[in-house]
Amino acid sequence: MMMAAALIPLFVLLGLALVLVMWVVGIYNGLIRLRNQVKEAWAQVDVQLKRRFDLIPNLMETVKGYMNHERETLEAVTQARAAISGAGTLPDRIQAESGLTAALGRLFAVSEAYPDLKASTNFLALQEELTSTENKISFARQFYNETVMRMNNKVQMFPGNIIAGMFNFKEETFFEVTEEEQREAPKVDFS
Amino acid sequence: MWEQIAANRRKSAVLVFVMALLLVVLGWFLGEYFIGENGGVLGVAGALALWLILTLVAWFQGDQIFLTMSGARKIEKKDLPVLHNVVEEMTLASGLPRMPDIYVIDDPAPNAFATGRKPETAAVAVTAGLLKILDRDELQGVIAHEMAHVRNRDVLLMLFAGILAGAVVILAEVGLRGMWFGGGRSRSRRSDSGDGGGAQAIIMIVAVVLMILAPILAQMIYLAVSRKREYLADASAAAFTRYPEGLASALEKISRAPDKLASANRATAPMYIINPLQRDGKMAADGSSTHPPIAERVRILRSMGGSAFADYDASYRQVRGGKRGVIPKSALTEDPPAAGARSPRTEPTPSARVRAREVDNLFYNNAGYQRIECPCGAILKIPPGFTSTGAQCPHCNKVHTV
Repeated sequence: MMMAAALIPLFVLLGLALVLVMWVVGIYNGLIRLRNQVKEAWAQVDVQLKRRFDLIPNLMETVKGYMNHERETLEAVTQARAAISGAGTLPDRIQAESGLTAALGRLFAVSEAYPDLKASTNFLALQEELTSTENKISFARQFYNETVMRMNNKVQMFPGNIIAGMFNFKEETFFEVTEEEQREAPKVDFS
Repeated sequence: MWEQIAANRRKSAVLVFVMALLLVVLGWFLGEYFIGENGGVLGVAGALALWLILTLVAWFQGDQIFLTMSGARKIEKKDLPVLHNVVEEMTLASGLPRMPDIYVIDDPAPNAFATGRKPETAAVAVTAGLLKILDRDELQGVIAHEMAHVRNRDVLLMLFAGILAGAVVILAEVGLRGMWFGGGRSRSRRSDSGDGGGAQAIIMIVAVVLMILAPILAQMIYLAVSRKREYLADASAAAFTRYPEGLASALEKISRAPDKLASANRATAPMYIINPLQRDGKMAADGSSTHPPIAERVRILRSMGGSAFADYDASYRQVRGGKRGVIPKSALTEDPPAAGARSPRTEPTPSARVRAREVDNLFYNNAGYQRIECPCGAILKIPPGFTSTGAQCPHCNKVHTV
């Protein structure tokens, strides 16, 4: 009887320790889940960026015959595409991708002046593919940024910050496109 | 945005629980009323059995039943590339794990719905009428609204809520008929013995009141849940597309269309983007509809300052003139603060005529029609049962071999 009574505080302590461990495990697993979601969300962005990259040679082939007077516009697209292969770090890559978005926007704006081109079913199909890919990039980016924000909130806020510090969870990088690049209206020169 | 799912699930769970409670209480009183001695337990057991049977039937009928009932047909990317692209875009925006299957319904009434208890088995269906009248931005808004239903698990919730409400209605109906045709054995037996007459009288009165009020209450809760989910799906659609005007203008176009959907019924009504059963000229009723009035939905979307949940909530309060918003607090704090609305897309949308032809061709192809392009520019569509070997072009009289 006496032995049993003396053991009670020990059991209470053990119980408390168990609860604490389970609590830590819960937060840790939550962080892992979020980190995987961030990876998954980035993979979705990446798929769309690659798709756009692959579509461009096709587009160039199609418009070449029609847009003889738009050497500069076409070259800008080719160069912007080449810059992506050259980009090493993630921020560089993001900037290069934004450049390609702008160059493509100009190309499509200029294409309005070529009725023959606008009548080509091949061009129209490609245009739908590219604009849709452009949309998909921005929607996937939107979701990626939301996921990153949830991850960063968890990593920065108490009590997640303690667990994150212990197991070395880092804040993730947002994929932000600078407003000017995105909003910049394509300049069309009809002269 | 993710917090919102959890918060809604809790709130909806409370409402569904109230309905379940209603069912159990109704069962108990009916049991006491009709069976007497310990009849309450039997009544509850009966009510739960009824609920279980309805649930099992709904579960095993599966998601396909909606699609079959509405005569929907699955399409691939090559059939309608724009629709396919828009669905893919919204899959990315909503972060669903899998792109839903796309179905098209050959119906001139513009409408759309989503099914699927889990996002993994989800499908969206749109009518031919919808594809013909909406441009790309509007179509995107509608698809975003449907994807929001899938993402927020609304299909599953409305299925459960619908079954519970249905069970309450059936039970009350049975009780009322029983009373009409001289039921209530306990009444005569117990009042003869004389003891507990007062308690018995109270049970009787409560039972009768419940039989009348419970079905009304259950339906009101069901409709309230349904309308709430519509507002939330609208808010989510604005957040996904970053362009509330797309959905607003789509809703306006849909509500102005003269055709009404042929294949809708009361069970499938809450699944559609607008209530397919709304009669012409009738103002979308306040308490008796699965959907909020369209004019109000459009006004809320149009007076949004940005495209975030907080903007929708503020706009909702402004339009409805109340203090209470529609988005849970926890969702508002989790939401990205600076989600500005984007400007309309300047991308090319095929003209209404081109879209209509594309959609019509799809259905002609599906029906087994053969296409012959005449050199004069006309297109001959040969029906599958055509027996003759030659067909004459009505424009240039050239005879083609079939």
